[in-house]
Parts: sequence; C-alpha cells; structure tokens
Amino acid sequence: MALIELVGIERVFHLGDSVVRALDGIHLSIAAGEYVSIVGQSGSGKSTLLNMLGLLDRPDAGTYHLEGRDVTTLSPDEQAAVRSRRIGFVFQSFHLVPRLTAAENIALPLMLAGALPDERDARVQRALREFGLENRARHRPDELSGGQRQRVAIARATIMQPALLLADEPTGNLDRATGEEVIRLLEALNAGGVTLLLVTHDAALAGHARRQLVMEDGRLRHDSAAGGLQHESGGGSPAAPVSGGV
Amino acid sequence: MRRADILRFSRDAALGAPLRSALSVLAMAIGVAAVVVLTALGDGARRYVVSQFTALGSNLVIVLPGRSATGGFNPANVITTTPRDLTVDDAAALLAAPAVRRLAPLAVGTSEISFGGRLREVVVAGSTASLKDVRKYQLEPGSHFLPDDDAQRAAPVAVVGAKIRDEVFGTQPAIGQLIRLGDRRLRVIGILKASGQGMGMNTDELVVVPVALAQSLFNSNTLFRIMVEARSRDQIEAAKAQALEILKARHGGEEDVTVITQDAVLATFDKLLGALTAAVAGIAAISLLVAGILVMNVMLVAVSQRTAEIGLLKALGARGGSIRLAFLSEAAMISLAGAMAGYLLGQAGAFTLRALFPVFPAYPPGWAVAAALLTALATGLLFGLLPARRAAGLDPVQALMRH
Ligand SMILES: Nc1ncnc2c1ncn2[C@@H]1O[C@H](COP(=O)(O)OP(=O)(O)OP(=O)(O)O)[C@@H](O)[C@H]1O
Ligand SMILES: [Mg+2]
Repeated sequence: MALIELVGIERVFHLGDSVVRALDGIHLSIAAGEYVSIVGQSGSGKSTLLNMLGLLDRPDAGTYHLEGRDVTTLSPDEQAAVRSRRIGFVFQSFHLVPRLTAAENIALPLMLAGALPDERDARVQRALREFGLENRARHRPDELSGGQRQRVAIARATIMQPALLLADEPTGNLDRATGEEVIRLLEALNAGGVTLLLVTHDAALAGHARRQLVMEDGRLRHDSAAGGLQHESGGGSPAAPVSGGV
Repeated sequence: MRRADILRFSRDAALGAPLRSALSVLAMAIGVAAVVVLTALGDGARRYVVSQFTALGSNLVIVLPGRSATGGFNPANVITTTPRDLTVDDAAALLAAPAVRRLAPLAVGTSEISFGGRLREVVVAGSTASLKDVRKYQLEPGSHFLPDDDAQRAAPVAVVGAKIRDEVFGTQPAIGQLIRLGDRRLRVIGILKASGQGMGMNTDELVVVPVALAQSLFNSNTLFRIMVEARSRDQIEAAKAQALEILKARHGGEEDVTVITQDAVLATFDKLLGALTAAVAGIAAISLLVAGILVMNVMLVAVSQRTAEIGLLKALGARGGSIRLAFLSEAAMISLAGAMAGYLLGQAGAFTLRALFPVFPAYPPGWAVAAALLTALATGLLFGLLPARRAAGLDPVQALMRH
C-alpha cells in the first residue's frame, strides 16, 4: 500500500479576476520509505503541493489518501492530530520560536501532543545528542548558526517519529557546505525509514534522490519513477500547453 | 496540550514582550486602583457620617412637643408652637412601652456659670442618669454622671463639658469644686470627654444638671425633648408607635407631639452616600473597560506579530482550541497581574488617605474590591476572546508565509 496516494488534486487561487491553478490535476503515488525530490520553476506549485501533503491546505478537487486513509474529509482537529503524529515539516526559514531555547523548540511537538514532561525531556535529550546539539540546548535561535538552526528544526520535525518528512527548500538559507550537511542529515533519516519529500532549486541536490519530480504550472511534468514523461504533457516538447486546465 | 504547558507557554509569551505586557498590566492596574481608591473615598464619607450619627446614640427615638404634618424630620418642628407641654411625667409614662429600653427627659436653657470670679454663658441641659447611656456620653477619669434616674430629685450637682472645664477652671482640678449656676450653688462631679466632633449638640460647651434643678432654674416644667432608646434596631418603629399612643392617651386623645427617629435620617444619608459610592465605582469602572480594550489591542498586535509562530504551531499539530486557550490565558494572566497590582496600589492609596486624614475611614468596601477584580478579569477575558479566536482561525499556510 502506498503511503501517499493523490488522485486528481486541484488547487485554484482566485486573485481578483485572474485564476491561478497552483495544482492542476495531480496524480501521484509515493511508497513508504521513498526519497523524492521535487524541482520546478518558481510558481510551479511545489510549495502548494507540499502544503497539501502536509494537510496545511485543502484541495479544491481530488482525493488524498495517507496510509490508506482519506484525509481530505477529516475535520481540522483530526487533521491536526495526523500532522502531529505522522508528518514533520522542515522550512527554508527554519521557523524556530525566538523566545524558546533549542531544547524547548525541539520539545514543542511533544508539548502540543500532551506528552508528560519526563518523557519529553528524555526524548529531547536523545534528539539533542543525535543531532550534535548537546552544547546548544539552552541557546536561543539568535545564538545559533544557520546550520544549527536547521538541525534544531529537523530535530523538532522528527521528534514525534513521523512517517513523512516534508522539506521545502531546507537549504535555501544556507551556504553550500552547510546545505550539504543538512541534506546528508535528511538522507540519513530517510535511510532510517522516514519517507522524505524534498523541494529544492538545486539540480545537483535533487539528483541525490532516487526519485525526481519536475513540476510546471501546477502539473507533474516529469517523474523519474514513471520512466520519463508523465501523462499527456506532450512528448518532451518544452512548450507544453498548460494554461487553462483540462 | 496539557494545562500546565498552556500556562507556561502563555507566561513565556507574555514575558517575551515585556513592554507590551507591562503596558496592559499598568492600564488594568490603574483601572482597579481607581475603583479601590474612589470607593474607599465614597464609602469613607458614608462611614464618617454614619459614625457621627451613631455617636449621638443608637436606636434613638426623639419625642418633641408640637405636631408636625409629615411626621418625618422637619426643621419646622423645632419652632412649632406647643399646644400641650411635655412633662417629666410624660417621660416616666413612656417607660411603660415594651419597646423602650430607657429614656432621658431633656430640658434645655441657657444660664451663667461662675467660678473664682470667672463668668461664662453656657447651655444647660437638665436630665437624668440615663442620659449618659442614651447619648453614649464618655466621661473623663474620676468623673461621675448624674446620680439617679428620679426626675423629681434636684441634687445640687453638675457635669460639665471639656471646654467649659478648660475655660472656667483652667489648670485647676474641676471635680469637687463648687460653682455657681444662675442662682444655685452646685458641685462639679464629672467632666464630659472632649468629643471634638461637630455634629449634633456639642457636649464640649454643655453643663448637665438634674432635670428638676434645671426646670426650677428656668422656672418652667416643660421638656425640650424626651430622648428614648429602643430595645433594638428592629424595635425602633414599635417604640415610636407606642410612645405616640401613650402620649396621645395622656394628652386627652390629641396627637400633639412629634416622634422622630434618628434612624430615618441616618438611613437617608446612608442610602445617599451609598448610591454616591456606587456611582463613583461605576465611573471608575469605565477605566477598567478602557483597560480591557487596551488589552484587546495589545493582544491583537501580539497575534499579528506572532502570526508565523501560530502557523508553525498548527503545522506541528496544535489544535485550534489549544491556540485559542493559549492566547486567552495570556490575556487572563495580564489582567490578573494588572488586577493584583491595581489592588495593592489602591490599598496603598487608601492607606495614604487614612494616614493623612485619620478621622476619615477610607476603607474600600469589600463588594467594590471584589467587583473591581472580577471586572478586570472578565474584561480581560472578554476582550482576549477576539484576538484568541483570530489566532486560532488563522490559515496555517498564510501564517507561515509571514515573517
Ligand atoms: N495564497 C495564495 N493566493 C494566491 N495565489 C497563490 C497563493 N499561494 C500560491 N499562489 C500561487 O500559486 C502558484 C504556486 O505557488 P507555489 O508557492 O506553490 O510555488 P513554488 O513552486 O513553491 O514557487 P517557489 O519556487 O518560488 O517557492 C503561484 O503562481 C503562486 O502565485
Ligand atoms: Mg515554494
């Protein structure tokens, strides 16, 4: 059974008179444990897709099955519970809470899930060790380097041991060396069994992934797992007609 | 999310923006302090007046000659012509009324006191031993009051007010001295303590003598008043009715006396000043409302400044309810801190007032303090509701895009 099963997902934004089809008929199946990179031009819908997969956004049409369960029809609280237990987010801008220490930031998902303080501390200590942050536990985000901040964010994203890790340009704010270090960390987590979806602008980084998706104007232009071009996009033609919808 | 975690999270959030939180706390504190101090002033005024009245004697019913149309307290009573005099026998007859605990007849006139060549005009009150208890007179050490309740006996003794003592005897001991009052020679047996209070008949310049002596001094056998003390507060009306009935019977079925109760006058003042205090509290409470609106705005600013954080919390699996609760408890904490600070500030203000004006009992009434604290908390929560709901309702994707 696939971890993620998207059928005919549409997401339309209305901006005044103009209509933006951010996701335009997405069909996608991802198995548990896969490592998938997503590339595409700016505005092609990568973040929108990731938000959809992370249950932060609802599709206007189509269905989304996560671990065999239709999650598009869940109530907001039920979706929050799924996010809490099954999904981890890593963002380009880290999104650490500035007034909380590294340890407290990592503990946030546990706290929100209502874990007991003792269990919380034990798990946070273990995470701090695993991510090489023992000496930074009591530091606030503004006392950490970019790489350390992203490591805190990744530790936070994985503290609940989610099945799915969604990373939207996690290296976008980091220099090359630090970025590669973060990617190695994410790949190690993937090697440990977590399904990893990585959005990036960096073709070289995208090449690391066993499966690569290319998006264009809200559609999947290319899926390496499908052995080439997707659907009817028109035999490798660079000027695929993707304006109005099907 | 566990309750302790919500509280800790909210506390850290409030402390994370110290200036913003301090401003809200200050506004709330000023509102509560205003209520506390202003009601302390209002209620202090009420207590002051009430205590001045009760210093005249409690459960007092006053019988005066002459009929008044209204039956209530009326300055016209004082100058009503007297169809039939009040006598000491009338007074004695009133003792038969079951609601009457004790009474004192009162004959009043002016005379001249002289001692050692010093001469002074004084107000003379003729009464009996009961006057001391009816009017709650305080005596100086070594003093005696009038010896007996027998209205017919005219023992040649006098009790003088503190000011008379000072002016007539100077530094000499007054008790035991013989004085001349009009054409009588009397022995001073007691001194009334200085009351220093301005309301009612000033005892400082009074000379009290047995009623029979006063009447013969003034050459009249009428009474100015009969001061009656009812058995309890509840018995005041009964005492009034019984006194009227007895005197009517004695005066040939004619209702030619007026009976007034101090209670009625007091109740009017009490009500008036109580209403004043409530009005002042209401006006002060407006500042609490303003503080509530300020808390709301500060919380709205907090929500918009922490939009990205709220988006993050949602991404991490926070339910809308948890976020709402976190912001509500932040507003509640700010209000509570403000209410406590305001309470202390207000009590300090009331304390300062009492220190500056010792005769003025400026204590905030309990109901006002409770109402101020509750209003502060309620407005804080009420005005915290909108920002909290706004936070909980934020779209996570939009929220995460804000930095
Ligand atoms: N809230 C919104 N309202 C209106 N249009 C939106 C909204 N969010 C996204 N869009 C539009 O949807 C399209 C896809 O946006 P998306 O953020 O998914 O692109 P992206 O591939 O992540 O781009 P980038 O590489 O720049 O991050 C864009 O045209 C964008 O303008
Ligand atoms: Mg994007």
